[in-house]
Amino acid sequence: MASHYEAPLRKPLVTGDKSYHNVTVDVAAPVEGKANRQWWIVFGISLTAFLWGLGCITYTIGTGIGTWGLNKTVGWAWDITNFVWWVGIGHAGTLISAVLLLFRQKWRMAINRSAEAMTIFSVIQAGLFPIIHMGRPWLAYWVLPIPNTFGSLWVNFNSPLLWDVFAISTYLSVSLVFWWTGLLPDFAMIRDRAIKPFKKKIYSLLSFGWSGRAKDWQRFEEVSLVLAGLATPLVLSVHTIVSFDFATSVIPGWHTTIFPPYFVAGAIFSGFAMVNTLLIIMRKVSNLEDYITIQHIELMNIVIMITGSIVGVAYITELFIAWYSGVEYEQYAFLNRATGPYWWAYWSMMTCNVFSPQFMWFKKLRTSIIFSFIISIVVNIGMWFERFVIIVTSLHRDYLPSSWTMFSPTFVDIGIFIGTIGFFFVLFLLYARNFPVIAQAEVKSILKSSGEKFKKLRDNK
Amino acid sequence: MSSKKVYWKSLDQLDESNEMVKKLENDEFVEKIPVDEFLGDEDLMNQSSTNRRDFLKYVGFSTAAATLAACEGPVIKSVPYVVQPEQIIPGIANYYATSIADGFDFASILIKTREGRPIKVENNSDASSMGSANARVHASVLSLYDIKRLQGPQVKGKDVSWNDFYNQLGAKLKAMNNSGKPVVLLTQTFASPTTQSILNKFIMQFPNIRHVTYDAISSSAALDAFENIYGVRALADYDFSKAETIVSIAADILGDWQGGGYDAGYAKGRVPKKVHGKSIMSYHAQFESNLSLSGANADHRFPIDPPSLKKVVAQIYAGLTDISLKNNLDTKLSKSVAEVVKKLKKSGPKGVVVSGIDDIAVQEVILAINNFLGSKVIDVAQPKLIRMGSNSEVIKLLSDIKSGKVKGLITAGINPGFTLPNAKEYLDAVEKLELSVAFTTKVDETATAAQFVGATPHYLESWGDYEFKKGHFALAQPTIKPLFDTRQFQDVLLKIMKSETNYYQEIKSFWKEKILLEKTWNQSLQDGFLYSDSSIEFTTSGINVIEQINKLSESNAEGLSLVLYTKTGMGDGQQANNPWLQEFPDPISRISWDNYLTVSAIDAKEIGLKNINVSNGALNGSYAQVSVGDKTIIAPVLIQPGQAKGTIGLAFGYGQRKGLQDEMQVGVNAYPFYNNFDSVQEVSIKPADGYHEFACVQLHNTLMGRGDIIKETTLEIFNTEDKEYWNPVPKVSKNHIEYEVTSSDVDMWQSFDRSVGHHFNLSIDLNSCTGCGACVIACHAENNVPVVGKDEVRKSRDMHWLRIDRYYSSGESFKADDQTKEDIDGLGDSLTTFGKMEQASKNPQVAFQPVMCQHCNHAPCETVCPVAASSHGRQGQNHMAYNRCVGTRYCANNCPYKVRRFNWFLYNKNDEFDYHMNNDLGRMVLNPDVVVRSRGVMEKCSFCIQMTQKTILDAKLAGRQIEDGEFQTACSNACSSGAIIFGDVNDKSSKIATLREEDRMYHLLEQVGTKPNVMYQTKVRNIDQT
Repeated sequence: MASHYEAPLRKPLVTGDKSYHNVTVDVAAPVEGKANRQWWIVFGISLTAFLWGLGCITYTIGTGIGTWGLNKTVGWAWDITNFVWWVGIGHAGTLISAVLLLFRQKWRMAINRSAEAMTIFSVIQAGLFPIIHMGRPWLAYWVLPIPNTFGSLWVNFNSPLLWDVFAISTYLSVSLVFWWTGLLPDFAMIRDRAIKPFKKKIYSLLSFGWSGRAKDWQRFEEVSLVLAGLATPLVLSVHTIVSFDFATSVIPGWHTTIFPPYFVAGAIFSGFAMVNTLLIIMRKVSNLEDYITIQHIELMNIVIMITGSIVGVAYITELFIAWYSGVEYEQYAFLNRATGPYWWAYWSMMTCNVFSPQFMWFKKLRTSIIFSFIISIVVNIGMWFERFVIIVTSLHRDYLPSSWTMFSPTFVDIGIFIGTIGFFFVLFLLYARNFPVIAQAEVKSILKSSGEKFKKLRDNK
Repeated sequence: MSSKKVYWKSLDQLDESNEMVKKLENDEFVEKIPVDEFLGDEDLMNQSSTNRRDFLKYVGFSTAAATLAACEGPVIKSVPYVVQPEQIIPGIANYYATSIADGFDFASILIKTREGRPIKVENNSDASSMGSANARVHASVLSLYDIKRLQGPQVKGKDVSWNDFYNQLGAKLKAMNNSGKPVVLLTQTFASPTTQSILNKFIMQFPNIRHVTYDAISSSAALDAFENIYGVRALADYDFSKAETIVSIAADILGDWQGGGYDAGYAKGRVPKKVHGKSIMSYHAQFESNLSLSGANADHRFPIDPPSLKKVVAQIYAGLTDISLKNNLDTKLSKSVAEVVKKLKKSGPKGVVVSGIDDIAVQEVILAINNFLGSKVIDVAQPKLIRMGSNSEVIKLLSDIKSGKVKGLITAGINPGFTLPNAKEYLDAVEKLELSVAFTTKVDETATAAQFVGATPHYLESWGDYEFKKGHFALAQPTIKPLFDTRQFQDVLLKIMKSETNYYQEIKSFWKEKILLEKTWNQSLQDGFLYSDSSIEFTTSGINVIEQINKLSESNAEGLSLVLYTKTGMGDGQQANNPWLQEFPDPISRISWDNYLTVSAIDAKEIGLKNINVSNGALNGSYAQVSVGDKTIIAPVLIQPGQAKGTIGLAFGYGQRKGLQDEMQVGVNAYPFYNNFDSVQEVSIKPADGYHEFACVQLHNTLMGRGDIIKETTLEIFNTEDKEYWNPVPKVSKNHIEYEVTSSDVDMWQSFDRSVGHHFNLSIDLNSCTGCGACVIACHAENNVPVVGKDEVRKSRDMHWLRIDRYYSSGESFKADDQTKEDIDGLGDSLTTFGKMEQASKNPQVAFQPVMCQHCNHAPCETVCPVAASSHGRQGQNHMAYNRCVGTRYCANNCPYKVRRFNWFLYNKNDEFDYHMNNDLGRMVLNPDVVVRSRGVMEKCSFCIQMTQKTILDAKLAGRQIEDGEFQTACSNACSSGAIIFGDVNDKSSKIATLREEDRMYHLLEQVGTKPNVMYQTKVRNIDQT
C-alpha cells in the first residue's frame, strides 16, 4: 500500500489510545480516589512550612520590621525579592492559557489548567509581601483609592507601588475568572459523576449550573476568547509595572530603561520553569503521562531556553550600557554587582539563568525528564538571585560611600520565604486532589488531532 | 413516651376546687396585673413623652453605660496649675542664661524651658567668652533627667534627712578640728569666685582642712609652665581667628585641649576671605600620634610618635631662633619642620604654636616660642581659669591618705574612685579613713566608698558664678526646681558653718561687692555673663630654654607608646549614663557605644590584629591585651588610618560600672593607665582571643574617587582659576548639545512657584565645619530622635537625622584619588584599582560632610510614596506626614543621600529600648513641639519646621517683617563655627541668599537632578607650597 507518498504524521498530543471515556476517568480519578501516603507526607511538610511562615509573619507584625535584616541603606531585600519572584512565577499560566490560545497552540490544553492554578497560587504569595513589608500593615488599605474620612487625602498616582496595586489585583482577578471559566464544564463532569449527595452539591455549586447545552458551549467559547484577549496584554503589563518599581527610581542599577522587556522575559522564564517542576511531578503522581507527554516538556524547555537567552542578552546589555553611559555611579554599580561583596549572588544568577538553559539546545537533554526537572529548579533559584542582585546589590552601595553597608537575612526573613513556599504547595496539593487538573473538555477536542490511531486501525484490519 | 413531665408544686394542687389552682392553670399570676389600667389610659399614654422606642433606647443606653463604667479607663496624670505662674505660658518657651561648669566642660549657655521643664541647650552667642556649647554640653540637659541620679543624702548607705546630714557631718568635722586631725577637701576646678570665698571662710573656721583641686584629665604641665613664667596659675588663651599659621604639636585644639572651646575662633580663620583682591585663610599644621579632630582638619598632618613630637618642639624653637641644635629627626620630617618654621617666620606675630604634651619643659618652650614670635593669637593677660589641678599636690595627697597622715576626705564634683590611675588603692585607703564625704550627683565609685554622700543637684537646678577667663564672669541660675532632695555643695558648707545666708545670697552679695561695679545684678543674670577688662598682674621670669630644648631633643622611648585622649562624645566620662552621648558616633572613627585601641595598619599587621566586616557589614575588631607597668586590660582594636606607627590610642571616659544603667556600661577604662597623669605611657601589646562587635555607623571609609561629593580645591587654584575650573556644574548632553544639569532645557519637572512666601535654604561650609558634632546632638534633642542602642546601631539602624560623614583619602589626597579613578584603564585595572581605593591611606586626608535631608525641590522620595506621606511644602521643605506613612520604605531606597530613617521597632515606652524614652523622668526632655514617632513609620530632617513656623507666627502676631537670622534650625543654632547657615532665599538681602550666589556653592549629587535646598560650600585647602 505504500506506493504513494505519505505525509509524516503529526505527533499525537494525547498518547495511549484514549477514548473520551478514558479521559474522563483519568481526570476524575484523583478527585474521586483517596489520597495516598505520599500526598499526606508532602502536604504535612507544606503545611508545617506554611504555619512556620505564618508564625514569622505574626512575629513581624507584632514586633516590627526590625525583626528582618534590613537597615537604613538596604530598605528592601528578601521581601521584595520574594514578591517579584512569585509574581514572575505567576506569569506562565496566563501566557500558556491566553497567548497560546490566541496562537492556536493546542498542546497548551493539557497543561493550562495547572499552569493557571500555579499562577493564581503564586500571585497570592506575591500579594502577601507588599502588605507584610509595610511598617504598618494594618493601614494597607490606604494604598487603595477609596473615599475616606481623611479629608481630601488621596493616593499618589505617581508612585509605581500604586501601579503595582492595580496591576497585581487586575491580574489576579482576570486570571481567576479565566481559570474558573475553563473549570466550569469539568466541574460539571465531576458533578455528574459524583455519587455522594454532599459532593454533588459542592461541585454543582462550583460549576455554576453548567448544563452542557449548545448555548453553554457557545458562550463558553466566546468568553474564553474575550478573556484571552484581555489577559494577553496583562502578561506583558504586570511585570512591566513591577519593573517600574525599579526603573523609575534614581538608584544606579535600578534606573534602567531595559527593565520592562527584561523583567517580562525573566518572568516567563521562571514561570515555565515552575510549570515544569510541578507537572513533571504531577504527571507521575496522578498517572497523567499520556496527557502531559515528553513533547510538552520539550516544548516548555524550548521556551525556557529562549527566554533564558533573552535574559542573558539583557544582563550583558546592562553591563554594556553601564560602560557606554560613562556615568561613574552606573559603572560602579555594575562592577560592584559582578565583583563586589555580593559577587557570589551575581554569578549564581549568571550560572543558573544564562548558562544552564543552554543545555536545552541538545534534544537528548531537553527530552530527559530528570534533566528537565533539575534545570527547572536551577532556573528558579537563579531567578530568585536575579531579583536579590537587582535589589540588594544596587542599594547596598549607591551614591554616598558613607552609607554603604551590607544585608544579612534573619531567621524571620528566611521563615517567611519558606512559609510562602509552604503555602503555595498547600494550595497546589489541595487543588491537585479536588480540581480536575486537566482541562478534559478541551483535551477531548484534540483526541483526534492525529491520524495515527486510524492508521493503526487500518493496518491491523 | 411523653416528654412533658408535670411536677407538683404544692399539696394544694390536689384540691381541684381551689380557686387559686384553677386560676394558676390559666394565668401566670394570681392577681391580675393592672396592665390595662396603665396602658389603657389613652390620655396618660399620650401625655407621656416616653414611648416604647424611647424606653428601649434608655434601657439600651443604661446597659451600655453600666457595661462601659465597669471597664477601667486609662488614668492620665495631669495636674493643672492651681495658680498659673506669671511667666509660664503653656506652649511658649522661656529661655534662661546660665552656665555649665562641671570641672571638664565650661560654657555660657541658654536653656530653653517649656512648661517649666528645661528641654534644650543653646549657645549663648552674646557671651564674651566660652559661649559655645559642644556636643556634651548640648547633651547635658538629658543628664538632668537621668534615672540613676542620687535622689537624697545618705549616711553610711542609709537615706537621711538633710538636717541629720548637716548635724552629723558638722559634729564630726568639729570633733576632728578640735583634735587637730587633718582633713582634705578634694574638688573639681570650680573657677568660681564666690565658691572660692566660701571655701576660704570654711577653711578659716576649720583650719585642719586643706583644699586640693583635682582635674580628672590633667592640664597640670601647662599650668605649671605658665605659673613658672608668668607667676600666675592659669592657662594661656588663644584666639585662632587671628592666626595665619597654626602649628599644633599634639594639641587637639578642636577637642578638649586645655578646656576646649577654640573651634569657633579656629573656624573663622579657615574660611577664605578676600583681602586686597586675594583670598586668604589660615594655615594649620598638626604633629600628633592619634588622629584627632584637629589633625583631621589640618592642612598638613604629620603622624609621629611622642618622642619625635618633643623633638619637633625643640627643632621649631631652634629653627625660629636660629640656634644650632642637633637634629635627630628623620630627613623627611626635618624637611617638613623646616617648612613649618618658614611659614611661622613669615607669619611672625600672626603665627602660633601650641602643644598638648604633658611635659612642663615642652609647655615652657611653647610659651617661649609664642613669646619669640610676639604672637597676637595667644593671650596671657586674660588667661583661662578653668583648669587648676596640680599633679604634684594630688600625688602628695594620695600618699598622705595611704600613709594615714590625712584622716578625713571630702570630695566634690569629682569621681576619683574611677578616674585615678590607682583608683583601687585609693578606695581601699578611703575605707580606712575616719571621715569620708562625697558630694555627687550619682552613686559612683567614690560615693559607694564614702560614709557621707551629699546629693548635689544637676547644674540646671543650681546657682553658680564663674570666672572662666580673667575678667570674663558668668552666672548660673536654676532653670527648674530641684527634682530630688538635693543641696548644692556650697550650701552644705554654709550650713555647716552655721551661716545665715545661702549660696545664692552669697553670690549676689559677692557680686555686688566685687564684680558688678556699675552694672546691675538683674542684667547680668539675664545675660548670663559679665565682662570686665581686668587682667592678671603678671611678672615674666626667664627660663633656660636652651637647656630645655637640648633635653627635649634627646627624648626617647622604647617600644610602643600608649597615647590617651578624650573623645568628643564622652570627654572625661562624667556623662557616661547619657544615651545621646553613647549613641553619638565619634567624629573620627564613627563608632558609637565604645572606646577601643587605635592601632596603625603597619603595627596591626605586625602584631596580628584585624578588623573585619561580618555578613551584614558590621565591624568587628580583634581583642588585644595591653599592659602598662603591672596593669593589664583586654580591649578591642580599631585599625586607625593616620595613627602614627609605634603608637596606640585609647580614650578616657568608658568602662564605668557604678551609677550606670547596664546598657551604658560599655568600653574599657583607660584611667588605670594614666600614671602620673601623663597621657603618654610605655605599653606592650599582644593579640587576645576573639573579636569585639563594634557599633559603627559608617562602614566604608573612603570616597572612592567621587570628588563631586566633597568638592575641594586648593587656595592657589581658588585664587587664580575661574569657578568653572574648580567648581563646575555637571553637564548633560541632549541632542548632542551640552546643557548644565540645572538648566530648564533638561528638566522634565514642573517647578513650583517659588517667588511667593519663604523659601528655606541651608548652607554648609565645608571649610568651617570641624566635624565637632554639636549639631548632631542638638538635632537629637530638638527633634525627639530616639536612641536605639548598640545592637541596633551595629545593624546600621542609627536614627540620626543629621550625620557627619567622614571620609579618608585612599591615596595621599582626595585629588589624587580622583586622578587614580580617572586614570583607570580597562576592566582589569578597574577591578584592582577600585579594590585598592576601598582602603584608606596610612596618613589620609580627611574630609567631613554633614548630611541631613537635602529637601530636594525635585524629590525622588516624593514621587514614589504610594500614599503621598512624603510631599513638598510651599516653603521648600520636603515634608514627612508620619501619621499617613504606611512604611513601605520605598522613599528611603530612592533617596540618593540615604537620609531617611525608619522606625524598625517601637522606640518609646518599650522595655527592649530602655533609654530615656522608656521612663517618665527621661521623657521630660521631649520637645512638646515635635511628635514622637511610632513604629513602622519613616522619619527624617524637617528643616525644624516647628522652629521656622514659630518665627513666622511670632512675626505675624507682632505685625512685622522677619529679619535675616531669625529663621534657624537646631543645627544652625548649635553651629558655633558658623558652618551651617539657614535662612530664606526669597529675602534677597539675607546671608543665605548671598551664600547661594557664592562661587564655592554646589549641590550634593547635582547630576541626579534633585535640585536640593541644602547647599555646600567647596572646601579650600591651604596646601600649596610657598
